[in-house]
Amino acid sequence: MITFAIAFASICFGLGLLFNLWRVFNASGVTDRVLALDTMVINIIALLVLYGMSVGTGVYFEAALLFAMTGFVSTVAYCKFILRGDIIE
Amino acid sequence: MDQIFEILIAGLLIAAGIFGIVGSFGLIKLPETMTRLHAPTKASTLGVGGVLVASMIYFFVFEGKLSWHELLITLFIFLTAPITANFIAKAYMHRNLTPKDMPESNTARGWATYEDEAETQEPLMTKPKRP
Repeated sequence: MITFAIAFASICFGLGLLFNLWRVFNASGVTDRVLALDTMVINIIALLVLYGMSVGTGVYFEAALLFAMTGFVSTVAYCKFILRGDIIE
Repeated sequence: MDQIFEILIAGLLIAAGIFGIVGSFGLIKLPETMTRLHAPTKASTLGVGGVLVASMIYFFVFEGKLSWHELLITLFIFLTAPITANFIAKAYMHRNLTPKDMPESNTARGWATYEDEAETQEPLMTKPKRP
């Protein structure tokens, strides 16, 4: 039963990733694109954790943690660059 | 006993998957950036939270080890999602909107994000006096 649930959740998050990709290519502005990339990072974290569950190792949590951190920092850096034209002043 | 935990984990995973796909679908369905901001930041956070809680229960029950990484990731995502949403909204406002588009702030001053740097305020903490 858990195997089917993991497969279902993986399909859901994979489809969500495709939706995000569509939005990255068809964005109405640069902030929209940043938002789609941020959502992509969140979906990828979910996919990594799901894969770790299906394999049964805890190694992928480290990768998920790294993804969460770099995703946050990159989104803030993008927004800061849009706002100020510079990242570290 | 294992059956109960299996049902719990499967339910959490399915709820998380539905939340995740609703959030990503809202990103392509809603009409403009300010409304689009609202779908992924809430729904995807709930989806990832559900997956992480399910993974925590799974590793505790079936592998017999309690791992705190999931809690750490959940805490981090819950902390950072509002900050990124706020940043994206601020960048959008400064690129696409003017102060005339905003509603009244109902205070003596305007919205803080549009205030000029030239209009200096009295600092809350006074500067230390040089001897």
